[in-house]
Amino acid sequence: MTDASMTPTDAPKKKSSLMAQDARTRKRNAAETRFRMYGMAAIAVGLLFLVFLFTSILRSGLPAFTQTVVDIEFTLTQEQFDTAESKMLKTGEYQKIFVNALSEQLDARGLDVAFDAKAIQRIVGKPGGTIRSFFLENPDRIGTPVSFELAASSRVDGYFNGRMTRDTLVDSRFLMATDLDLVDALEEAGIIGGAFNWNFITGTDSGVDNPGGAGLGASVIGSFFMMLVVLFLSLPIGVAASIYLEEFAPKNRWTDLIEVNISNLAAVPSIVFGILGLAVFIQFAGFPQSAPLVGGLVLTLMTLPTIIISTRASLAAVPPSIRDAALGVGASKMQSVFHHVLPLAMPGILTGTIIGLAQALGETAPLLLIGMVGFVAREYPETFVGGFTDANSAMPAQIYTWASRADPGFYEKAWGGIIILLLFLITMNAIAVVLRRRFERRW
Amino acid sequence: MNDMRIVERKVDTNEVKIAAKDVQVFYGDNHAIKDVSVEIEDKTVTAFIGPSGCGKSTFLRCINRMNDTIDVCRVKGDILIDGEDIYDAKVDPVQLRAKVGMVFQKPNPFPKSIYDNVAYGPKIHGLAKNKADLDDIVENALRRGAIWDEVKDRLHAPGTGLSGGQQQRLCIARAVATEPEVLLMDEPCSALDPIATAQVEELIDELRKSYSVVIVTHSMQQAARVSQKTAFFHLGNLVEYGETSNIFTNPVDPRTESYITGRIG
Repeated sequence: MTDASMTPTDAPKKKSSLMAQDARTRKRNAAETRFRMYGMAAIAVGLLFLVFLFTSILRSGLPAFTQTVVDIEFTLTQEQFDTAESKMLKTGEYQKIFVNALSEQLDARGLDVAFDAKAIQRIVGKPGGTIRSFFLENPDRIGTPVSFELAASSRVDGYFNGRMTRDTLVDSRFLMATDLDLVDALEEAGIIGGAFNWNFITGTDSGVDNPGGAGLGASVIGSFFMMLVVLFLSLPIGVAASIYLEEFAPKNRWTDLIEVNISNLAAVPSIVFGILGLAVFIQFAGFPQSAPLVGGLVLTLMTLPTIIISTRASLAAVPPSIRDAALGVGASKMQSVFHHVLPLAMPGILTGTIIGLAQALGETAPLLLIGMVGFVAREYPETFVGGFTDANSAMPAQIYTWASRADPGFYEKAWGGIIILLLFLITMNAIAVVLRRRFERRW
Repeated sequence: MNDMRIVERKVDTNEVKIAAKDVQVFYGDNHAIKDVSVEIEDKTVTAFIGPSGCGKSTFLRCINRMNDTIDVCRVKGDILIDGEDIYDAKVDPVQLRAKVGMVFQKPNPFPKSIYDNVAYGPKIHGLAKNKADLDDIVENALRRGAIWDEVKDRLHAPGTGLSGGQQQRLCIARAVATEPEVLLMDEPCSALDPIATAQVEELIDELRKSYSVVIVTHSMQQAARVSQKTAFFHLGNLVEYGETSNIFTNPVDPRTESYITGRIG
């Protein structure tokens, strides 16, 4: 107890008032204020980027969800049908009927625009085939008014979306300046206009010359099957590995080595996993190229470290007293883990898994090497197994493919694809948050 | 305060429940327990006292082989319960721990309902044939844990919602639910307030009728209040072991005397 025996110093103490800040306090307070400002500035910059990102994505991507369509209703008489069917060039005949119907309707509305069949062709292409096949399939509709919704060409689409104006239009065999007058007249007549483009969500990819018909549907299915593979492989493997390492494995040099390597694996560039997948799954094991199964396997390799690291962290966060309590009443090691530790670690494990899945969902580089990028997914898989083994694309791969195509219409589709991808990611993260809230228990 | 009063109890000599012979414990290179030999009696409260780090908790954890969960820990020597060596290769530590219950320093109820906390042990050991049986076991255990009256109306409320003292009594109830023969308590009152402590101590005295209770405590008053036998540990050695009243009034070893009078520790 030496403290008590200390004598107070005799030097006269300067009297200080609590009402006045001394220099040192002022300096400290100023530093604190400055630090807060830095923090707020950092957050503001972050938010600014976020706003910038979202506005640019929405601005460029939303037009992909609308499609300019020519909506026309006309009646095909039995006589016209018979005449057309007797001709050599049947679809050409239907094309003529269609053009006539169009000009009749323009006249009926008192809009006087001169146009020729070529101009119509440049605006909606050749719908003769579509019209013919409709009436061949539904002969009972002959003689009754039928309404057709025909997709306008990507240039007209671009004109409506503001991607192209009269000033930027260069006359070409795709679209002439005079065609725009016709388009305006058709718009006034209510024949041409924007409609929600369901085909973009449910359709399949189109050829390089038809951005209007391109849809993300098939690649969404491709991504879905890949995620199934990733979920059903990486969750059990990852959780089992983490439980063993965290709860059972002896702590020695070998487990240290494994631990370090798992952490390193999480930092390996994804393209490395891609080339590994190409070498092992396609070239060695002979799995089909561009198949979601192979994509899923590669993404599983990539996701495993993420899941293992987050699972181990959440297992380690369970207080040891819970393990002691379970062992103390005579539970075996496994009972203590599965009855007590794992349920408490569940929210963390689920969050880690979903974040790993979300990461895998957006991953493009590995898919590049196993042939999913560049594959034109024109068809949906027919069977469930086919979903895994049939060549398909995946969302990010499809977006990448579109972005690299020449037609500016595809550029817009790529942005639209990004919106859908982000919607999936946001949904998955929301699920992660909800699950964590639900499973969270305090101890 | 009459806490320091040494209770004059009639001490019966009971049969030996736990016999330790030349027990050595190593944590890596650290020799934590040196040559400890002790005979702990049945239906008796035995208190282990001593300064921090003297090895009393370590020795306690040897009795139900909780030290097995620590990788670097090695135990040498024999510990016999009812004449059987618990460190024999044939002994399954899980089976042993059902027979030797343990209550920990910090109340650690499972984050489940009060009922599930107590029912967990009987369930995994298959002690109950049906639901009604299990209900009986839970009620009995909670009664023996002196907490039944407080929780009987909210058996399905979470165990973690109880107060500290109630949680600790719940943990004691959980430990006795598996019908152990020995009850180990590692500073069961160190996280409790004086009133809760008094309740737990009263409970320990009650439990003595059925079990051999071994309690580690930092509080010498508590040792004096609840135990019949006391062992004093110092730097890994068992310095002195005997009747509680003798240890506190007539310590043989000078180290014991210094500790009890507060000169070392």
